[in-house]
Amino acid sequence: MRAALAGCLVFACIAAGAAIAAGAAPRYVGLPGGEFRTALRYEDYKGKPARVAPFALMRTPVTNGQFLEFVRAHPEWRRDRVPQVFAEPRYLQHWAAPDALGADAKPDQPVTWVSWFAADAYCRSIDARLPTWIEWEYAAAADETHRDARKDPAWRERILAWYSRPSSQALPRAGLQAPNAYGVQDLHGLVWEWTDDFSSLLVAGDNRDQGDPDKKQFCGAGALSMDDRDNYAVLMRVAMLSSLEARDATTNLGFRCARSAP
Amino acid sequence: MARHFRTLILAASCALALVACGGKDTTPVAEKSTDTGGSLKGDLGPPQGPDVRAVLTSPPMVPPPTGRKHPARVIVELTVVEKEMPISEGVNYTFWTFGGTVPGSFIRVRQGDTVVFHLRNMPDSKMPHNIDLHGVTGPGGGAASSFTAPGHVSRFTFKALNAGLFVYHCATAPVGMHVANGMYGLILVEPPEGLPPVDREYYVMQGDFYTKGAYREKGLQAFDMEKAIAEHPTYVLFNGKEGALTGDQALKANTGETVRLFVGNGGPNLVSSFHVIGEIFDKVWFEGGTRYQENVQTTLIPSGGAAIMDFHLEVPGSYMLVDHSIFRAFNKGALAVLKAEGPERKDIYSGKEVDAVYLGDRAAPSLAAVEKASEAASTGALTVDDQVKAGQALFAGTCSTCHQPDGAGMPGVFPPLAKSDFIAGDPKRVPNAILHGVNGKVTVNGKEYNSVMPPMSQLTDDEVANIATYVLNSWGNPGGHVTKEEAAAIRAKATAATGEGH
Repeated sequence: MRAALAGCLVFACIAAGAAIAAGAAPRYVGLPGGEFRTALRYEDYKGKPARVAPFALMRTPVTNGQFLEFVRAHPEWRRDRVPQVFAEPRYLQHWAAPDALGADAKPDQPVTWVSWFAADAYCRSIDARLPTWIEWEYAAAADETHRDARKDPAWRERILAWYSRPSSQALPRAGLQAPNAYGVQDLHGLVWEWTDDFSSLLVAGDNRDQGDPDKKQFCGAGALSMDDRDNYAVLMRVAMLSSLEARDATTNLGFRCARSAP
Repeated sequence: MARHFRTLILAASCALALVACGGKDTTPVAEKSTDTGGSLKGDLGPPQGPDVRAVLTSPPMVPPPTGRKHPARVIVELTVVEKEMPISEGVNYTFWTFGGTVPGSFIRVRQGDTVVFHLRNMPDSKMPHNIDLHGVTGPGGGAASSFTAPGHVSRFTFKALNAGLFVYHCATAPVGMHVANGMYGLILVEPPEGLPPVDREYYVMQGDFYTKGAYREKGLQAFDMEKAIAEHPTYVLFNGKEGALTGDQALKANTGETVRLFVGNGGPNLVSSFHVIGEIFDKVWFEGGTRYQENVQTTLIPSGGAAIMDFHLEVPGSYMLVDHSIFRAFNKGALAVLKAEGPERKDIYSGKEVDAVYLGDRAAPSLAAVEKASEAASTGALTVDDQVKAGQALFAGTCSTCHQPDGAGMPGVFPPLAKSDFIAGDPKRVPNAILHGVNGKVTVNGKEYNSVMPPMSQLTDDEVANIATYVLNSWGNPGGHVTKEEAAAIRAKATAATGEGH
């Protein structure tokens, strides 16, 4: 009972701290954490649920406008100055200029064409970090009313429907979709998002794959290392992240930041 | 006794050994030499001559034979495109494609070639993709080596050691969804001597599709994972679209020519009973392999498999390509047309024979309306309503097979009866077509149809009158009615002329 109470207090603390940091409209939402059964088969958990520590997550993905502020404050992350080892040539290519957005990058749209290094640097600059895969998956398991909606066919279908639309049209603004049970928006249906540990998802994350890192890239192996084999919605996000390197950027990949409990 | 027996056995086994030895000498060497040796003998040495850029074609076209007598380094560049395209009339679907088409571009190389494969994924793709070519020797068939994020290109190289017709497909998880969205195609690895020359080659590939909405439900339809897992397809299609190979898009050939079909089955789930109505395959390289079977009616093409079939065309007309798991052909779209042009060959096929329709499903209760109508006719109390009801019951057994229960017909093959300008133009065309059939070109609602409807002269005048009245009073047609006497008068006319311009 005491432990639970302490957990609650910490949770309230980070949520409140986050709210203060972001001014009137809190930029972060506190998530209580707890036991969570990931769809991936991590060697650490051996079929047991993972423990997610309390953390705070941004309500919405980082926008072009927010990222522009960052680039202006840290000009080493301008697309014309960033070293190519940290960002591929297409980094922020949709911006009109290295320090201006233009017609193809509205301030309210989620920022895309960002590398993992750039996303990581952004979060560090505001005293935050990228969420881990487990944190992201935990937050994204919720729908508008349930914290874990993953068994709901409607939840899965909605996600799959977004996956099967090509990204040839302009992105909607961030924050248009209804908040989920935690109050987080746009985890699905807007952009892919970097996670802190994306590069370990397929290799170090699964002991059996360590000798053969390519394995997950086939259909069969991909299915084998998923604990929840019909959770295609999660599987496809993992497949997407695993196809990338940290300097890569794509037309529909953005990010949001997280903060640990103090 | 025991010892004696043992000696006998010894003697016998000696004799056996002798026979075996002698047999070895006379083992027909030919038996061995017909074996191609497979991949063990598929390495025909290092590539020679300048690099060759592979010609890729969109279905139903096939690249020309390589015509080479030596192995070469062949460059293949294939682009993954995610795009919205029609899957049926008025129905759109988001396909994931190799080269912008379903099935993907046809690739043609020669056994022993070193293939340098570039897989490009368009920057606006949402998903990473890769390719597993069944013609590749090596783990994953290239899948791991070609895993490509959106806006990236990857390259891998393989030597085509085995000749044959092979399926390729995307193998990114979840592989079933990638395949169900159209990510498959064919690669032909020609044997060193090439394939026997033919007059025409075409590329056809079957696939099953799973949409949220029902068959032909209009609008943009999303992929339905539940239906895919249950293996209940909404569509079973040749070349990714209902009507992709009918009407103006029908495959074309002339009589006197030999046609070769390269037919693959992408699946993801169904096995195809591939059949061409009215033709017999002279040769089928079953399973896309080295041997052929002759004189085949229907050949089985597994999901993730292919076959090559040759046939010589004698008689002009429309030949329908179907999956002979036949509900797929008439209710899910697995139907294509090969149109053969040339002079009639009445010595081989008269083209006018009556096709008697089997009406075994005319169960008594459903014919109650028919009985009532004939009774009413005899007492002179027959109303249009009686006729429509009777006609409906008869239509279900006789006409709906082709014209569909809702009168919508089958695009490019069977003209619609619903809201038909052809019927509105002259309502008498209905009883006339029933009794004398339709032969030749007709234009219905702006679309041209050119096939044969056999005369349904086995129907009585009563039945013809009732069916015609039902058709005239259904699906937005102008109404009116046809009497038994009128049907009799039309039957008496010798003409079969119902086509426009006759």
